[in-house]
Amino acid sequence: MSDHRAQHVDAWSEPTAAYTTEGTGPADPVVPAATPPVTPADAADAARLVAFGLQPKLLPARDAEYAELLRRYREEPAFARLADAVATGLGLVVLEVSTRAGMAVTAGEDSVFAVRMGDYARRASSDSADRFLHGLAHLAVAAMAFPRPEDLADDAYIGRITVNGVDSFVRQACHRLEERAEEHGDNTDPATDAPGLEAAWRIYARRSSTGATKDARRLAGSTTGIVGKAVAFLTDSGFLQRTGDDAGGAFRTTARYQLQVRDMAGSAAMAELLELGVVPVTDGTATLLPPPDADDLELAADAGLPFHA
Amino acid sequence: MTSPAYTDNAAPQLSAGPRPAPGPAADEGLSRRLRALACTAPLHDLDVRKANLAGEYTVYAMAEVALAAIDLVTLNMDFDTGADHDQIVTRLLPRVAAQAPRRPVAEHERVARWVLENLINVGSVDRGFRAVYGTFGPDGVYVRRDYDFKLIEEVPGYGGTVYLRATDEAVNVLVGALDTDVTSAQIAAEVKLEVLISRGRLADAQLAAEQARYRTVQYAETLRKTLEATRRNVRAVDWLNAVPDMIAEALDHVADRYRHENAILTNIRKARDEAEEPEHKRRAAELVDIVKDCIRRHTQLQSRLLEAGPLFRAEQDRQAFATPTARTGLDLYGQLVAPLLPLPVEQAIRVTDAFFAHGTGLRTPTSVRVGDLVDMLLTPPVEREHLGAEMPEPDLIATPDDSRFSEEQLASAMELLDLEHDAPRRLSGLLAEARRGGDPDLAYLVALLAVHAASPPVGTAYRQGEQRLLFSVDDGTQLDDPEFGGADLIVGTALLDAAGMAADRTEAT
Repeated sequence: MSDHRAQHVDAWSEPTAAYTTEGTGPADPVVPAATPPVTPADAADAARLVAFGLQPKLLPARDAEYAELLRRYREEPAFARLADAVATGLGLVVLEVSTRAGMAVTAGEDSVFAVRMGDYARRASSDSADRFLHGLAHLAVAAMAFPRPEDLADDAYIGRITVNGVDSFVRQACHRLEERAEEHGDNTDPATDAPGLEAAWRIYARRSSTGATKDARRLAGSTTGIVGKAVAFLTDSGFLQRTGDDAGGAFRTTARYQLQVRDMAGSAAMAELLELGVVPVTDGTATLLPPPDADDLELAADAGLPFHA
Repeated sequence: MTSPAYTDNAAPQLSAGPRPAPGPAADEGLSRRLRALACTAPLHDLDVRKANLAGEYTVYAMAEVALAAIDLVTLNMDFDTGADHDQIVTRLLPRVAAQAPRRPVAEHERVARWVLENLINVGSVDRGFRAVYGTFGPDGVYVRRDYDFKLIEEVPGYGGTVYLRATDEAVNVLVGALDTDVTSAQIAAEVKLEVLISRGRLADAQLAAEQARYRTVQYAETLRKTLEATRRNVRAVDWLNAVPDMIAEALDHVADRYRHENAILTNIRKARDEAEEPEHKRRAAELVDIVKDCIRRHTQLQSRLLEAGPLFRAEQDRQAFATPTARTGLDLYGQLVAPLLPLPVEQAIRVTDAFFAHGTGLRTPTSVRVGDLVDMLLTPPVEREHLGAEMPEPDLIATPDDSRFSEEQLASAMELLDLEHDAPRRLSGLLAEARRGGDPDLAYLVALLAVHAASPPVGTAYRQGEQRLLFSVDDGTQLDDPEFGGADLIVGTALLDAAGMAADRTEAT
């Protein structure tokens, strides 16, 4: 991240120089001859760099041309500005340009590159419960991959998740809410004629976590099926890498995923939450805290994770 | 199948008959009972719907089979997994068969599967049941509510397999009033058991022992989940006091129960050996099995408890000793997931949608040119030429059969040595019988096999799940034989408890 921002500062401080070069020509004695004017070839190179960025699974370390273009981006502010402009024109947002993440771009809203829920899962467009579950699966994968705020902030952090782990994590959080509602004596069963008012956790808790199918595949409508779909999709986006088959599939995060969650998704979801009037206040410390009194570790059935928000 | 049969019934029940004063407290109790009632509905429903099945199935008592199924699933819930689907069906078969002995086995299996699938409720996307009931809110308004529950749920097991688990609702339907303090309930059950045994009332003792086992299973299950939690996030759990205390408590519990159950075991063994009546003897033998199973579960629990410490230290190294970063990140769980889950789904969906839209990255849209498409479709499939050179026909040379003994000889020797497990024989007798056949080599083979059996490969047989094993023992008697010298071995067959060993094996891994 820091690389990128630092480059930008340079990039914005230089343009006068760059444009002067163009406008006044090489004869001008003030401008050093080392900054050449932008040519169509440069534009092609900038576009090529963006094209590399559109292949999220491609690693700069594996491709000499990609690495070379990245070097140019970092070293030539004019080229960097050009590449940024190409990306913006295509409807892309540049998250970071570095050797670890490559040209990390993501789709802006309404961009042709954006992923739409209806294309992602067919059932989700008609069934609001499914739509919610698919969205929650993505959020839960991120929360599980970066359990502490420090993990999300730390560039070197690599998160590890498993499909079943994500499922049981959300399930436990839901169970916790169920218990709390019971303690308060609330009746959480939704009114029959107003399904939209059903608490979100109930939707998840109600859905079965897995199911036997005739052909030994994961049941698509089950929660592990939904989480499995989310991680498979994120793997295709170059956000996760598969590391094994334990517990429904084990994955680790990439630098791109961290950037995407930190700079795009987290803040967008947060803004939406604030708009709903929910203001979660924390002091930056972990919210998965020990219970206030040890009695809370009482072995109530299924109370695996001692969550305390 | 969210059976209309009982959802429709729920409402009229409410409107009919006198109702207690519609206060929230009275209603609370009523709705709890209504929900408890709803849990039994799927079982009754099975007996109602069996008439609709293609075929004559009224002879089967479906509710009974269903309860037995829930029983089996609960008993087979192990640490990491649940009960295996097919195993449950197999174990249900004897009961189903007993209900209609003249029917074909395939039909019995069909019935068992039908019951099990209906308990899971395979037909619905949630794989659960829903009952509708009504309550009066605090403001006196009558509200119809949906109650969703499951009886048997499918959970992911090791290697992508699916296992069955009985839900709390099912356990409550099954034994009732199980939501008491696990520890004290177990102590109570075991004290009761001891008293019953000392008074010789074995029938009651078995019931109590089985209940003790249910509690043991439940206890193990809750502990498993707690341990899982400690692996999640070091900071999430108080490793200074709470968890070590809990582990110490659990270890104490295991030690205590272990001692206790071993004492019971000794008592019942005595009861078993001293019992005169065969019925008592059988009961006591069953009890021994149950208590052994309890002990097995405790040992398993203990080994899990011992793993917790090293795991904590490894996680501590990873998480706590890293250099802190200057920036603060977003707390995804605390600031997003936790506040989101209690919201009504209408609102929560806006947040998840926003996260989805910005968190999934990009997809490059595929666009097809018609020209390319036509070309692609019209291109004939490529001949596969890169299959490599043709394999030469292998030249096989028949190896001469240089075995000392022929297959027939081995077969007749094995036949000779196929002894009843309770009737071992002397080697001299076996040799005499082998010679009677007129084949001098056969006696030699029998002698070899007998000597080989002096050190039987118990471990191998155990791993391969063999049912029986040949063994021979030297009791000091000399063999008086013209051809062979040495000890006149006692040759016999030992029966191996294949099922028990398989259980031990899963436990060990």
